[in-house]
Formats: sequence, structure tokens, C-alpha cells
Amino acid sequence: MFDGLLTITVFLPAVVAILVAVFARGENSDQQIRWVSIGATVVTFVMTALVFFGYDQDAAGIQMVDYFERWIPIDALRSSYLLGVDGLSAPLVLLTGILGMAAALGSWRIKKRVREYFMWLLLLQTAVLGVFVSLDLLLFFIFFEFELIPMFMLIAIWGSGRPRYSAMKFVLFTLAGGAFMLVGILAIYVTPGVNTLAMVSIPELGITGIPELIAAADLVVPAALIFGFFFIAFAVKLPLFPVHSWLPDAHTDAPTAVSVMLAGVLLKMAGYGLLRINLGFFQETKGFTIHDVAGYMAILAAVSVIYGGIITIRQTDMKRLIAYSSVSHMGFVLLGVAAVGSSAAETSSAGLNGAALQMFTHGTITGLAFLMVGLSYDRTHTRHIPHLGGLWKKMPLIAIFFLVAGFGSLGLPALSGFVAEIMVFLGTFSVWPWATGVAAFGVVLAAGYTLWMVQRVFFGDRPANPGLSDEVYDNITDANWIDMIPVIALAAPIFIVGIWPSVVTDMFDIGIQAVLR
Amino acid sequence: MTVQDFWALSPEIAMALLALVVISVDLITRSMAKVAIVALVGLVAPLILTLNLWFGWFGDPAVGQALFGTVEADRFSLFFKFLLLTVAAGTILASTKYIASDRMKDYGGEFVSLVLLSVTGMMLLVSATELITIYVALELTALPVVALAAIHRTKQGVEAGTKFFVLSAISSAILLYGFAYIYGYTGSTNLGIIMERLAVLPTEVGVPFGSYAVLLAVIMIVAGFGFKMAVVPWQMWVPDVYQGAPTPVAAFLSVASKSAAFAVIMRIMYVAFGNESLMQDWSGLFAILAAVTMTVGNMLALSQSNIKRLLGYSTIAQAGYILVGLASVPANQVGATFAGAGPQGVMYYLAGYVFTNLAVFFAVIAITSRTNDDSIKGLNGMLKRSPLLAGLLVFGLLSLLGMPPTVGFMAKVVVFGSAVNANLTWLALIGVVNTVIAAYYYLRVIRAIVFEDPADDSTFSADKPVLVAAGVAAVGAGVFGLAPFLLLEFAESALSIIPGL
Repeated sequence: MFDGLLTITVFLPAVVAILVAVFARGENSDQQIRWVSIGATVVTFVMTALVFFGYDQDAAGIQMVDYFERWIPIDALRSSYLLGVDGLSAPLVLLTGILGMAAALGSWRIKKRVREYFMWLLLLQTAVLGVFVSLDLLLFFIFFEFELIPMFMLIAIWGSGRPRYSAMKFVLFTLAGGAFMLVGILAIYVTPGVNTLAMVSIPELGITGIPELIAAADLVVPAALIFGFFFIAFAVKLPLFPVHSWLPDAHTDAPTAVSVMLAGVLLKMAGYGLLRINLGFFQETKGFTIHDVAGYMAILAAVSVIYGGIITIRQTDMKRLIAYSSVSHMGFVLLGVAAVGSSAAETSSAGLNGAALQMFTHGTITGLAFLMVGLSYDRTHTRHIPHLGGLWKKMPLIAIFFLVAGFGSLGLPALSGFVAEIMVFLGTFSVWPWATGVAAFGVVLAAGYTLWMVQRVFFGDRPANPGLSDEVYDNITDANWIDMIPVIALAAPIFIVGIWPSVVTDMFDIGIQAVLR
Repeated sequence: MTVQDFWALSPEIAMALLALVVISVDLITRSMAKVAIVALVGLVAPLILTLNLWFGWFGDPAVGQALFGTVEADRFSLFFKFLLLTVAAGTILASTKYIASDRMKDYGGEFVSLVLLSVTGMMLLVSATELITIYVALELTALPVVALAAIHRTKQGVEAGTKFFVLSAISSAILLYGFAYIYGYTGSTNLGIIMERLAVLPTEVGVPFGSYAVLLAVIMIVAGFGFKMAVVPWQMWVPDVYQGAPTPVAAFLSVASKSAAFAVIMRIMYVAFGNESLMQDWSGLFAILAAVTMTVGNMLALSQSNIKRLLGYSTIAQAGYILVGLASVPANQVGATFAGAGPQGVMYYLAGYVFTNLAVFFAVIAITSRTNDDSIKGLNGMLKRSPLLAGLLVFGLLSLLGMPPTVGFMAKVVVFGSAVNANLTWLALIGVVNTVIAAYYYLRVIRAIVFEDPADDSTFSADKPVLVAAGVAAVGAGVFGLAPFLLLEFAESALSIIPGL
């Protein structure tokens, strides 16, 4: 069975990247490169929308499968080229399409080494899309690791501040996490009875996936340990306290569009991995189930939420502030996953759905926030909050959409952040009341740091000294229409999902029910 | 010589003739470009003849024994012949500028024809099924390389040539001792007959390989080929020769003689010593060699400041990874559900390595021929000076490192995976640790290329032929990584011919 749609969607950006890298030459090629690359991301977005809306919700299951069994034609390796989407991955594929397009549009003003920049950005999109649609563990790992090279280059070459340090830190943290994942894969691989690396079962193709096989298998490596290996890999990427420290550096020093991709979709790879692998594989393994550790996960999540929130309040750099708020918000994803400890199917699926939705909304909201910081920075040349103030008068449009992102992030009803957080709380509270109660305080913190930042940056008076120089301040102009295209692209889903959540939650629910078995 | 003999040897005959044609053309015209074109176009002939043996276009495929059973044009040998022809074409393409340079233009034709002759020897070597033929082919392989290494007649070049000559003579001598023991013990030089005799000869319990004579012979044979494969502790010549010899020769040496040596050692081990108990014995030997080779090669590479020396040590480490595949024999997997993949792994790794290493070396050739500086510092900021070449070099280094989704990664997965299947999990773990160590020095080179500031800002674009050669090699490394089945299917059908598998 080879549908082809997913393969084309995944590799389209990479093919364009290579064509751009090889063939774009000459004096005036920069403009052409921008147009071609943006065109590629727009086409990719359309393809991801086709994937999302083409998914037959009534039929459920894994759809649009690209299956090539003899990808590695060695019986001993049991790995195949297996792509497919289900309810869990389809919205994330769409999210990657939206953010990839927004990131490319937001990179319009990049002047330095344009050809290479867009090449890496497009390759990054291929890697992330690949992670979400791979249903073979080895393939999943390949895409998961492949994302490192483009990210490293994008931060190190086009970053600001201490780009090489931050890029290296990012790579080292992720490589270390990846090593744990590789050991985890190896541990599954050596298990007698698990004769596949397929992450799901697809009855139509006769594929029995790891989740079913591992339940019956006598594990060589204890299941708790394998769970731990994968958990560490995803905890680094999510990121959770105490392995989060790469994130603020990477975000602060990355160019705007890369921050958008990093916060928007790269962190989601970890959340997706938690749901697909940690939750999917370890529900009934011998001697261990995920329910045993759900309580610890809830505590860890609460710590991450509160720690991230408190650190966030102290930040004076706008970008760093949003980066730390990601630590806090991604903690909610784990909190939602912890709801699996419930014995009632309804509460646990509410929490898990909340976790999945939180990934989607955080992607759009934080993506938008980074985009707005980038637009503001382009004009003021500083992100230092005490130097800013009263910008509302100079750039109302930027301020408005900054507020949208801020309100979304603090969970204002009618915006998508609210729906996700309320679902997480509803699901998890009955199981882990204390952890949830503490984590709920994170929303208060979010209101605090968001509103305080907006107040300091956009309202009040222009600080006298040492604020912006007159020259800079007088020349501030509002966003123009080119700037607004990616802004609208990211703001629209925040409103749509806020008012009509079932457009993605129905989808996620299909995926979650399948993972829960 | 029967017609069948002729067909079986047709690629080698064509290669030898081509070498003569190239020398003659060199006498007639002094244009090195024409010499290179003649050689490249001429390579199509052996390629077609090899394809013919695989597919049997002109009548039945002549796959079978020839010359009284001393040579066998089976699919195993054809797999390597394709690989060797690729190397020959790549080397000549990448050297077109080099042989036309001032100091080379008097020996340009000789250079090309020596490469062709050496490849002829290797093609014979991979299809030889008899000890004496193996020895003769081996000498034909080595002697042209000696001349190639010393072709510059500089102090360094002559030193490299002499070193290679002396050490290769010693290794041949050791190899001959090993062959003599085998002949004395079994009374035959034919690999298949050796296996039959070994199976019926009395064995001593508790002695590896059943007898001390065989043990000694195997150690000597492994030692003899260890030189060619650049396996620790017989690796000493590698960095010196790579640094002293012209870079195209180093490129040729690093891939061609290594693949030929691995091919023949695989054939000897699986055919002559292919009994299950013997297999387990030599598997242990190779496992130890693999662990030592990987570790030593990587450790020594860490502190290198010359790119050619660094690549020299890197090829040693790569040989270690390939040995992991050689050690992962099917006989080891007691109770395993799945058939072993060690031999496929070796062939896949070798082929991937050939493409990767050629891309790296060709990019280095193109860069150093402009900068005349083969220190790693000389690569500083190369991404700004020559983006395409630098990109190819970085890509190749990432593949050597084993970064997904390159062929380097997939090959490591296949090789380490088969080690796990063959109950050699410890070896796989050492391999993984080594991969991490190796990342340090590969990334150091990449850092210089991408991030350091260039010493001078002049930009340059590469010469077309070497760029094409490096580009094709890099595309190969990428495609075979994304689509491993292309090579693995090929390797599998090649292996189905070897008895004992």
C-alpha cells in the first residue's frame, strides 16, 4: 500500500531546499530564493491541510499509509518505511504546515546568506513533518535526529547574542536525549517476540505493532527502564525541569522564524513522542505500566509549570520571557498525560485530549508571540523590557496581536489556550488533585508575567533614560502587510480553535482512543 | 582457454587492455584531457562486460568457475567489481586537473594506467577462489600503488612509496606463510576443497580452529590482509602514506584496496573456514580486532591537525566498524529468530563508505589544490569561500560520523544491529561509544569549515570534473542512506552465491 501523499508532503520542502541550494545562482537570486521557498512552504501547507481534512474521521485508524516493507531488506532488522497519520498526528501535521509557512514568510527580511538560510529552514520542516508521520521506530528516530543539523546551523549562523554557544548547547542536550532514545529502541529491538519496529498496528496490512507485541513479551530489559529511556529523551525536548536549560538560550539567540519553529513544532515532537511511545507502548507491559508512574509525572509536571512560571516573571528580555513561559506551558502537556493514572476512562481521555490540544494551541500562541517579539525587535532593536514603553502609540497593530498571543497564553476564554488548559485540569484534577491544584497556580503566574510585560512594553510612558534614542523611537513604524500575513496565519487558528474546539479535539480524540486501546 | 574462461575474465581483460590503450594514447597525444576522456569512455567496456555477467545479456550468464576453478565470476565478485569500477571512474575524473598540472603532465598517462592496472588486480582478487591466484592478484594490486604513491619523486612521496612497498612486501610474506600452512595441512589451495578437507580432518578439543596449524594459518592470513584493510595493529603505514602520497592516490587507496581486501577476506573466511564451529572461532578474532581498531583509530584521530592524516585515522576507525559486520556471523546466533545480516552489513557498509569517503576526499582534493594547505586550519571559513565544495565536504563528514539520514548512519545501524543479533551486544555498544568519540573530531573539522573566519576572503569555484565526481559520490551517499534497499537487495543476491550462507 503506497498512498504517496505523505511521502510527497514530507519530502517536498527538502527537494525544494536541495534545488535551491544547487541551482539558485547569480547576483539577484536572493529575491527568487525567497519566493521559491515561500511558495514551497505554501504548497506544503496546502498538502498538510489535505492530509488533515482528508482524514476520514468515521473510518478512524491509520490512514494514508505509505508502506514499503523491504526498505531495509534484512529480516533481522525488521524496519520498514512506514508513514501514516491518525487522529493524533494529523493536527500536528497541519500545525507544522501552518508554522512552516509562517516561519518562511517571517524570514522575508533575512539578508545574510539567504540561499543557505532557506535551505536549512525547508530541511527543518521536512524533518519535523517526518517525525509526525513516521510509524516505524527507526524512521522516527532518523527524523528526530535529522532535525538537529538544520537547527544547529540556523541558530549558529543567523542567531544573535551568543549563537554558537546556544546552538552547541541545544545540540548537546538533544544528542544526549537522542542517545537515551537509541538505547530504548535497542532494548525493544533485542526483545524476543517483538518482531517489528512498527509503532502501531495496522490490521489491513497485517502489521502488529509494538504496543500489542510488547504487552505479551518477556522483556530482556525491564520495561520501567525502557520507559525511562524514552521519557528522558522526550523530557529534554519538551522540555521539563531540570533539563530545560538549553531552551531559553536557544530561543533567545535564534532568529525569529527559527524560534517560531522551535517553540511551535519542535517541542511538540516530544509531546507527540510521550503520547505515541511512552503512553502507547507501556500500558500493559509485564511488571510495569505507565499508571505506576503517573503520579510522579504529575508532580514533575507541576514543578515544571510553577518553576517555569516563577522564572518567567523575573525575565527582562522579551524573548527569554516567552521562552521560559514555554517551559511552564509544556508542563501542562505532561500534566494532561498524567491523567492516564485515572481508573475512569472518561477522565483520563479528557486529560490526554487536553495534553494533545495544549500542544496544538501552544504551537500557534507561542509562535505568534515570538513573531510579534521579532517584529517589535526589528523596529526598536532591543528586547530589554525596561528600555521599552509606550509603544502602543507607535505600533498599534503589533501591540494588538501581541495582546492576542498574551491572552491566549494566559487562558482567556474564547481563545484556544483556555480550552486546552481547562481540559487538562478537568481530566487530571480528579486523579491528582494536589499536583493539579498547584499547577493551576501556573495560570495565575501566566496572567502575571504576560500582562506585566505587555503593560511595561506597550503602555505607560516612554522611559526617559536609558530608553530608546529619539532617532530610533521616531522612526518606529507599524507592521506592514507583508509582516501581517504570517501574523494572521497564526492568529486565525487561535480564534478558530477557541470558539470551535471540536475541529481539532474530535480528531485528537480519535487518536487518543486508539493509543489507549 | 575456453570461451567460458574468456567470458568470466572479460572485465579484467578489458581493464588490462584499457590500461595499455591509455599508455599508447599518452604517447600519441600530450593532452592529458584526452587521456582522461579515453580512460573514462573506455571504462564503459568493462562495465558492460560486468553487467553482462550479472544479467546474461549475451547468452547465458557465464557465472561459474573459470581457469580450472581458480577464478569464479559469481555475483559476490560482480558486486565488488561494480564498486571498483565506480572507484576507478571517480578517481580518474577527480584527477583530470591534477594529471594536467605542471609537475604531473609528463606522467599523466602513467598515472591513469597505473590506477587501471591496480583496479584490474583488485577485480581479479575479488573473484579469485584459490590461494595462489589470490596472491598473484594481490601483488598486481599493490605494485602499481607503490609507484603511484611515489610518483612525485619528492622526499615525502618517495618515503610514502618505500614505506608502502616494504610493508606490503612483509604482509605478503606473512600471508604466504599462512597459505603454506593451509596447503600443508589440507593439501589443497582451492578454497572449496579446503573447507571439505577441514571438515573431515581430526580436530583437537579446546584448541581454536581445531588445530594449531590452522590457528596459526588463520592468524597469518588475517595479519596479511590486515595491512590492506588498515586494521590495528597493522595500521602504522596509513597516516604516513596518506599524507605523503598525492591526494587522489590516497583517495583511491582508502576505498579501493580496502574494499578488495574485505571482499577477499570475506570469501576466504566464509568459503574455506565456513564450518559452523570454525566460524565462531574467527568471529571472536574479528570481534577483538574490531573493538581495538575502532577505538585506536578514533583515539589517534582526535589530536590530528592535518586533514589527510585525520582522514587516514578515520579510515582506520571505519575499517573497525566494518569488522563488526565481519564478526557478526550467522553461526553465533543461537536460538535467534532472525537470519543474521553480518555479511550484508559488511557489503552495505563498504559500498556506503566508498561513496562517502570518495566525496570527502574529492572535496579535499578540490580545496587543497587551490589553497595548497592541507591543515585543518586551512579549511577555515571554507563555507564562505567555496560554498558548494564545503557543503559536499560537510555532508561527507556527517556521513562518516553516522548522522541520520546519511548512508553512514544506516550502515552503522545495519552493522551494529547484526552484531546484536549475533550475540555480540558488547561489540555493538563499543561501536556506539566509538561513534560518539568520533563525533568530536569530525565536528571539529565541520566547525572550522562553517564557523571559523577564513584566512583570506578570496572565493573560488571548483573545477568541474572533480566537482562532478564529488557530487555524484555525495548523491550516492545520500540516496543509499534514504533507500538502503537499493544496495541491500543487491548485496543479498550477491551473497546467495557464496557456499556456506
